[in-house]
Amino acid sequence: MNNETDQRERGERSRWSWWYLLFLIQFIAVLWPPFYNRAEPALLGMPFFYWYQLACVVVAAVMTAIIYVITER
Amino acid sequence: MHDVNWVALSIFVLLFAFITWLGFAAARWRKGDLDQLHEWGLAGRRFGTLITWFLVGGDLYTAYTFIAVPALAFGAGAVAFFAVPYTIVVYPLLFLVFPRLWHVCNKRGYITAGDFVRGRYGNRWLALAVTVTGIVATMPYIALQLVGLQVVIGGLGVSGTGWVAELPLVIAFLILAAFTYSSGLRAPASIAIVKDLLIYITAFAAVIVIPIQLGGFGKIFAAVPHEKLLLAVPGANTTGAYGAYATLALGSALALLLYPHSLTAIFSASSGRAIRRNAALLPGYSFMLGLLALVGFFALGAGVAKLPEFAAGFKQFGNNFAVPALFLHFFPDWFVGVAFAAIGIGALVPAAIMSIAAANLYTRNIHCEFINRNATPKQEAQLAKWASLIVKAGALVFIIFVPLKFAIYLQLLGGIWIIQTLPALVIGAYTRWLNSWALLVGWAVGTYAGTAMAISQDLKPAFPLKLGDWNLPGYTAFYTLLLNLAIAVVLTLVLNALRAAKPVTDETVAADYHA
Repeated sequence: MNNETDQRERGERSRWSWWYLLFLIQFIAVLWPPFYNRAEPALLGMPFFYWYQLACVVVAAVMTAIIYVITER
Repeated sequence: MHDVNWVALSIFVLLFAFITWLGFAAARWRKGDLDQLHEWGLAGRRFGTLITWFLVGGDLYTAYTFIAVPALAFGAGAVAFFAVPYTIVVYPLLFLVFPRLWHVCNKRGYITAGDFVRGRYGNRWLALAVTVTGIVATMPYIALQLVGLQVVIGGLGVSGTGWVAELPLVIAFLILAAFTYSSGLRAPASIAIVKDLLIYITAFAAVIVIPIQLGGFGKIFAAVPHEKLLLAVPGANTTGAYGAYATLALGSALALLLYPHSLTAIFSASSGRAIRRNAALLPGYSFMLGLLALVGFFALGAGVAKLPEFAAGFKQFGNNFAVPALFLHFFPDWFVGVAFAAIGIGALVPAAIMSIAAANLYTRNIHCEFINRNATPKQEAQLAKWASLIVKAGALVFIIFVPLKFAIYLQLLGGIWIIQTLPALVIGAYTRWLNSWALLVGWAVGTYAGTAMAISQDLKPAFPLKLGDWNLPGYTAFYTLLLNLAIAVVLTLVLNALRAAKPVTDETVAADYHA
């Protein structure tokens, strides 16, 4: 590996932030159906399955915004 | 034409006339030289956070989505809600990977995925594979947008026999073709603002008004048959409906941003920061899509399928008629016009972007690479404009002469095909360690295996994979992506061990990938 490639690899890696690991929470929360495949507790008559996933959209958006603000500084 | 809904039709036509004017006027918006491909096809990469939000939202959440997701909920129940996890997990990907791709494409003047692959790996055949996959996956997607348009035109009561029946669709398409030709990406970007506002109004009105009239969510969900309300709990030694649901969501998310129309809209942003901000803002559309999926249940609860006045619509359009029927049943005529215009205009925005994206691909990575390597920028832009017309004409012919189910099958296969470009594009955004010939073999095997697996399941999205005693039904696109990646890695290791690989001619450098 010559010097230029070496520098190249380092440059690409330098943009990583550990805060990005927070994205994993979103994946686990919605890609594991045993967490939410049930009707109770219902919210305003809406089964848990539906309102949980809708709530996850909001939570995920807020988390992404937080990660954006932290990593952009 | 005896049962035309004149009030709704008038509003519909009025809104269509407005966006037609807007589409042509857009040529002068953020003015640029439309004889340059990056101006016609990427609007000069000048869209900030807000316009990008409208554009990408109008592009990814298509008219067909708004018809098909509620239709799936209406027909199959809970599984339709996979659209929600799907449109959650897609955004971390947008946040992390696509600003890098945006930066390198901006710095090197790349317009398409093919341009990037050509520059990154110096392999025109890999670029060709990515290009052809993009074009082939996009064509049936454009045709499906017309389905959304067809359904709402049918809902307005406009009907006829023979060629007259197709006339409204042909007119809508001529309008689309004309403003795309003259204004390029600026046209769908400006129209997307109108479309998205109309869609938000429609969705929220539906989710507030209809449940009140039906007596609340509790009553609506009580009317949903038990087996449709939740996913079936898997038995022993199988991941069952859970595995299918999760892989369908994840695989669809991995595929979505690789489509040419997604990349075109993302590349037209003015900065990587605008893209990252949108990863936090675009879930607004996901939330709305989730609400619209519930509308499928409203249609079940209201029993619209049993009402005699909608029998003809359901006969012609199947479950896709559930949403239009529901709107016709619950809303005054003028609002039906607004709602249907939202869906109809919602078809034109992605169709325009898709045809531009396919045209960019053809021009840059087929014509200027293999046919005429000395095209001037002006010739290039002119060629792309013509190509966009041909792409749209092809989609129109397809939808008029080929049964609808083939467009749906091909669109499903399109997802399996487009995901095979992930290793070259997404992993390529981080490292060029994977050998380009290994990537090409992985792409070919993934495409072939995915197609064969889908056909063996009568073109259903899930494949019943067997591993030992375990039965793992999952999304074919997801499984074949794993196969593709495994082949690319193993072959790269083999080629490296044999020292058979030539050094890579990578014209990009690390600094190209970030601000």
